[in-house]
Amino acid sequence: MEILNDLMNYLPAAIVAIGGLVVMMQDGYKVKSRTIYSTTMIFLGLALVVATHDLFFAERSELFSGMALSGGTAAYGTFIVVFGAFFTVILTHDYLIGVKHNFPQVYPLLMFCTVGMITLATANDLVTVFVGLETMSICLYALAGIIRDKRLGVESALKYFIMGAFSTGFFLYGIALLYGATGYTRLEEIGAFTDGGLIYWGGVSLLMVGFFFKVSAVPFHMWTPDVYTGSPTTIAAFMATAAKTATFVALVLVLERALPFAAEQLVGTFSVIAIMTMILGNVVALVQDNVKRMLAYSSIAHVGYLFVGLAAGTVEAYSAVLFYLLAYTFMNVGAFGVIAYYEKNHDVHFNNVESYSGLGYQQPIMAVLLSIFLFSLAGIPISAGFNAKLLVFAAAVDAGLIALVVIGVLASAASAYYYLRVMVYLYMREPKEVVTLIQPKLVYSVSLVLLAGLTLYFGVMVGDVMSMLNSFFAVSEAATAAAP
Amino acid sequence: METFFFVFIATFAICTALAMIFSGSTVNSALYLVLHMLSISGFYLLLQAQFLAVIQILVYAGAIMVLFLFVIMVLNLGEDDTLKSHINFKEIFAFLLGVVVLAQLLYIVGGYSGVLPELTVEQAKAVGTVEAIGDELFTTFLLPFEVTAILLTAAVVGAMLLAQKTSNVED
Repeated sequence: MEILNDLMNYLPAAIVAIGGLVVMMQDGYKVKSRTIYSTTMIFLGLALVVATHDLFFAERSELFSGMALSGGTAAYGTFIVVFGAFFTVILTHDYLIGVKHNFPQVYPLLMFCTVGMITLATANDLVTVFVGLETMSICLYALAGIIRDKRLGVESALKYFIMGAFSTGFFLYGIALLYGATGYTRLEEIGAFTDGGLIYWGGVSLLMVGFFFKVSAVPFHMWTPDVYTGSPTTIAAFMATAAKTATFVALVLVLERALPFAAEQLVGTFSVIAIMTMILGNVVALVQDNVKRMLAYSSIAHVGYLFVGLAAGTVEAYSAVLFYLLAYTFMNVGAFGVIAYYEKNHDVHFNNVESYSGLGYQQPIMAVLLSIFLFSLAGIPISAGFNAKLLVFAAAVDAGLIALVVIGVLASAASAYYYLRVMVYLYMREPKEVVTLIQPKLVYSVSLVLLAGLTLYFGVMVGDVMSMLNSFFAVSEAATAAAP
Repeated sequence: METFFFVFIATFAICTALAMIFSGSTVNSALYLVLHMLSISGFYLLLQAQFLAVIQILVYAGAIMVLFLFVIMVLNLGEDDTLKSHINFKEIFAFLLGVVVLAQLLYIVGGYSGVLPELTVEQAKAVGTVEAIGDELFTTFLLPFEVTAILLTAAVVGAMLLAQKTSNVED
C-alpha cells in the first residue's frame, strides 16, 4: 500500500494530528486539565522521538503523489517545529496556570498549529504550502487572544487576524498568477520555467509579499510588536520560533526549488529588505523598556540577519539560514520562557525592564539562564547565536555581499546594548519594590536548563550539523541535475 | 452567446460589489453580497465548472450569508448605527495606492499569453464534474485535503476558545 508507506514517512504530523483530536475529545468529555496536558506531552514526545529518528535516518523521497517531502530539509524543519512545540507546551502549561488562563482548548490548538507548521515545512507544492500556512495562522490568531481581559490581548488577536487574512490574499493571488504563468503548482515544475514574463514576476512578487508578511520582514512588520506584546509570553515564543522556522523552511524551499531563476534576480530586493529589517529592528529595540516588546523587535532584527543569507542565495547560505533557525529556536524559546517565569510571579504586565531590578540574586539560576539566552541572541562567542551569525555572514561574504555584511555586523554590535541592558538591571540595580519569586517547577527549570545547554553546545559544535545541512542541498542539486 | 453572458454577468458582479461597499445599511450590504456570490457562480458555470457553481451557491450564497444576516439581526443595528465614512488623508492615500496596485494587476493579467492547455468543450465539461473533482481530491490532493480537515477543526476549537468566559478555567 503506497498510502501506508507515505503515512509512515509522514508519521510526526500524523501523530500530532491524532494527538490533537484526542486532546480535543478529552476536553469535550470534561477531562481534568492535568490529564489533557499529560496526553499532549505524550503525543508530542512520541512525535519528537519519531522526528529525531527521521532527521538522521529518513531517506529523501516525495510523498502523497509529490505533495510533500520526507527526509532532508523536510525532516529538519519537522524536527525544529516539533521540538519547539514540545517545549512551548511545557512552558505554556505552567505560565497559563500562573496567570489563571489555563483553557483546555489551548492544547489541541497548539497541536493543530504544529500540524500546519509540519505541513508547511515539508511542502513540495504551492497548494500544500498554502494549506499548511493557513492551518498554522488560524491557530495562532486564536492563541494570540487567550488573555482577553486586558485590552492588549484583544488588540493583538484582532490585529493579527485582520492583517494575516489580508496577506493571505496576496499569497493566494501570487500562487494563482504563478499557476497561470507556468501551468503548475509543483515546486520543481515551476523551477523548470525560466522565461520571465510579467505574469510570472507578478506571481513571484505577490507570493514573496505573503511570505515577508508571515516572517515579519520590514516593511511588512507592523503587526509583530503589538501581537507579541499582547499574546501570552510563551505563545509569542512559539510564534517567533516554530512559526518562523516553518515559514522560513518553506521560503528557502520555494526559492531553491521553484524560483532559482527569480532568486538570482531578487538579490537586490533581498539585500534592501535585509538592510531595512536589521536597522529598523535593532534601532527600535534600543529604546524599548518593555522586555517583551524589545524581544519582538529583536526577532525582527534576526529576520534581517536571515535575509542576508537569503540574499546570498548559495547552498552554504541556505544551510546557514537553516542552522540559524535551529539556534534561534533554542535561545528564543529559552529567553521567552524565563520572561514568562518572571511575569507569572507578579502579573501580566510585569515586563518593564525596571521591574527586573535586582532580581538576579533571587532564584539565581533563572537569571543565569536568561543571561545565557540573551548572550546568545546578541551573538557573543561560545553561543549558538554567534555561530549562526558567523555562518550566515561568512556565506554572504563568499557570495560577494560585503556591504550587506558590514551593516549586519554593525547592527548586531548595536544589539548587544539592549540585550545587556536587561542583565545590568538584573544584577546591578537596587530593587525598587520587594518582589518575591516563587520556586519554579522542576520540569520548568529542567527544560530551560536543557535549552541553555543546547545553546552552548551548538556554540562549540557546529561542524556536524552544517555538513548534514549541506548534504540536504547537495542531494537535491544532484537530483535536479539528474532530472531533465 | 458566451461573450454576451460573460459581459452581462461581469457587469452584474461589479455593480453588486460596488453597491455592497457603498450601501449605507448593513442588511442591504449583505443582500448585495448574496447577489454578488450568485453572479460569481455564473462565472463558474461559464467555465464549465458545474460542481463549483453549485457549491458556491449552497455554501456562500446559502449557508454563510444566512449566518451573516442572522448576526446582523441579532446585533440589531438601528438606522443611527449605519456605517458612515469620513474622508480623510489616510483614506485618500489608501485609495490611490489601491488604484495603483489594481492598475498593475490589470496590466499584468491583460498581457497574459497563456501556457495553460486549451481544452475542448468536452474535455472542459469532464473536468468540472463531481467525479473528476472527487477523483483528484482523494488521490493527488489527498494531503492538502486532509490538512484542510485539521484546519477547519482548528477554526472551530479556536472559536470556542475565544468565545468562552474566563471563569471556566480550573486549576
